[in-house]
Amino acid sequence: MVEEFRLDTEPTRDSDRRAELMLGALVCLVVVLLLGMFAFVLYQAWPSFSHNGLSWFGSRGNVDSQIQAIFNSGTSLGHEVYAFHGWPLIWGTALVVGGAVTIAFVCSLFVAVFIVEFAPDALRRVLEPVVRLLASVPSVIYGLVGVFVLVPLIGNHLITQGSKASVQGIITLNGYSLLAGVAILTVMVAPVMVAIFSDGLRAVPRGWIEASLGLGINKWRTVWKIGVRTARPAIVAGTVLATARALGEAVMLSMVCGVVSFAPNPADGWIFFVEPTRPLASTIIAFIDDLSTPPMRHTLYAIAAVLLLSAALLSFGGWAAKQPMKRYGART
Amino acid sequence: MSLLELPVSQPGPRAPRAAQSPPWRLIDRVGLAVAWLLGLLFCALAGALVLYFLVQGIKYVRPSLFLTNPSPGFTATATGGFLDPMLGTMLVSAIAMAIALPIGIGVAVWLSEYGRPAALARVAESTIEMIAGTPSIVLALFGILLFESPALGFLSRSSEGVVFGRSFFAAGAMLSLVALPLVVSNVREGLEAIPDHVREASYALGKTKFATTRRVLLPAARPSVLTGAMLGAGRVIGDTAIIVVLLGATLTFDRSGSVPLLSTLRGTGSTLTYYVFYNAPTGEGNQPTKAYAAAFVLLMIVLALNVGVDIATRRSRRLRWSS
Repeated sequence: MVEEFRLDTEPTRDSDRRAELMLGALVCLVVVLLLGMFAFVLYQAWPSFSHNGLSWFGSRGNVDSQIQAIFNSGTSLGHEVYAFHGWPLIWGTALVVGGAVTIAFVCSLFVAVFIVEFAPDALRRVLEPVVRLLASVPSVIYGLVGVFVLVPLIGNHLITQGSKASVQGIITLNGYSLLAGVAILTVMVAPVMVAIFSDGLRAVPRGWIEASLGLGINKWRTVWKIGVRTARPAIVAGTVLATARALGEAVMLSMVCGVVSFAPNPADGWIFFVEPTRPLASTIIAFIDDLSTPPMRHTLYAIAAVLLLSAALLSFGGWAAKQPMKRYGART
Repeated sequence: MSLLELPVSQPGPRAPRAAQSPPWRLIDRVGLAVAWLLGLLFCALAGALVLYFLVQGIKYVRPSLFLTNPSPGFTATATGGFLDPMLGTMLVSAIAMAIALPIGIGVAVWLSEYGRPAALARVAESTIEMIAGTPSIVLALFGILLFESPALGFLSRSSEGVVFGRSFFAAGAMLSLVALPLVVSNVREGLEAIPDHVREASYALGKTKFATTRRVLLPAARPSVLTGAMLGAGRVIGDTAIIVVLLGATLTFDRSGSVPLLSTLRGTGSTLTYYVFYNAPTGEGNQPTKAYAAAFVLLMIVLALNVGVDIATRRSRRLRWSS
């Protein structure tokens, strides 16, 4: 009602209408740009997908030698090779992103609760800028820390000669590993989550918390049962954004995860964690100089298309997860 | 506190409330301890990061690094400094923000002040959300497609009719998409925090809606605009993937054409992030001391931007609307 009243009283003139149209056109332009991105990337990716079909996502042979064959065939016109089976890359991405987001989610929830409800004022005044700083540190700096500190640590102290010998001839264990990637990526995405989670927790109506406290429920339980539950939409939003950030992280992971496309095998026991891997986004970075050969180009765009569609799916998943929560009157 | 305020309505022989609340269960206390621990861990992590780079920076940053250009070589003395990458960082973020700010403010104003038809508003909202979630490496590959197309090819470097789609223009334009969601969400938040009576007061004086937005609302939301701009710039400065793809291959400015500024913008170059990537042990340059020095400078820029955001937020908090 108030809204309508306000709209009716607005003075409108021709110049005003023009301004609205201009801004609307600008918005349409941004929307078209995004649609164009989907169309262009998928169009470029199509040859790779149509040659491989669903086996693009499967596992057969060595991805690196397949990529090499694709690259070599670029010079022979009419005999392009497209065979590509990307499972090791997809598995590597899933492990790194899944591991980092899971660990970061649990830690961030605790930290956000701590910041909003439990931290003494002095500590809170320190923690808030700290979270913001960690969220804005460039990924290449995290990568540098990984290369200079974490990778040597893992390579020299965690990996024994025996474990190196056990996988000799298949891969070399030198510290560039899944573990390093997950650890650094956790530190990278956790601040993003903490920032959004604590915004959500702050927006929980104070009265709800106090009502629960008034019933004699202790503060810890109150915060988890009322605060966190009410802030679920923000928690979903933060998780989605952090997962998207992790999924798209290319440079940092290409610095600490190793250069071979190996699918870490959980059956290897604890060596699993120190096996190298190369996620999808890092693969694009690794072969970006070969973009001028057509088959290679289509393959790289296919990888980009998989990333883009996963990000879109993630966005949609977040939206769908938020729908049933809307009933509880929480702020989105 | 709220317990004390409860009216005691039942007088009579009841057990006196000795403790205000029963002691917490063990699991709750463990949980609180974990929360404390993780909170302190966060502080320690940030402290360690800054301290680590401070030490490395003091060890390796030399004034000469800021004044010389990178040059090929195998020793630390032969490879020069990072003058061009640093200028490249400034140039690329200037281009990106010059594109992202007007578009971002425009979109935010439309979303918060107009937003009709409602369907378009919903689509626009999810578009911004999608752009925020799009990996920057995908944006970079899209940028190659855009800027090697004949229509936009004149903006980037070409040789013998072949357009590579790599230039400061291309990188800046794609990086503006990285900054756009941050600008939009911050400006929008700032605009929506302004109560309606401010708008109505302006209408009552005969101002049109557009004039109100430009003369009243945007100036009032300036701290939010500033916050959005600085957060966006932080992301732009820190991005590496787009730089590697759309700007890579040359560490120094490689101009294209003869017009002074335009040739630089159309040419290729590098930024500090790429310089760090290049000089890390995994990169082609492998000069760790240079990587440390550049990373230190980069971290200092980010820190400065953070302090700026802090000041801007504090200013916006000071400006409270009575509603």
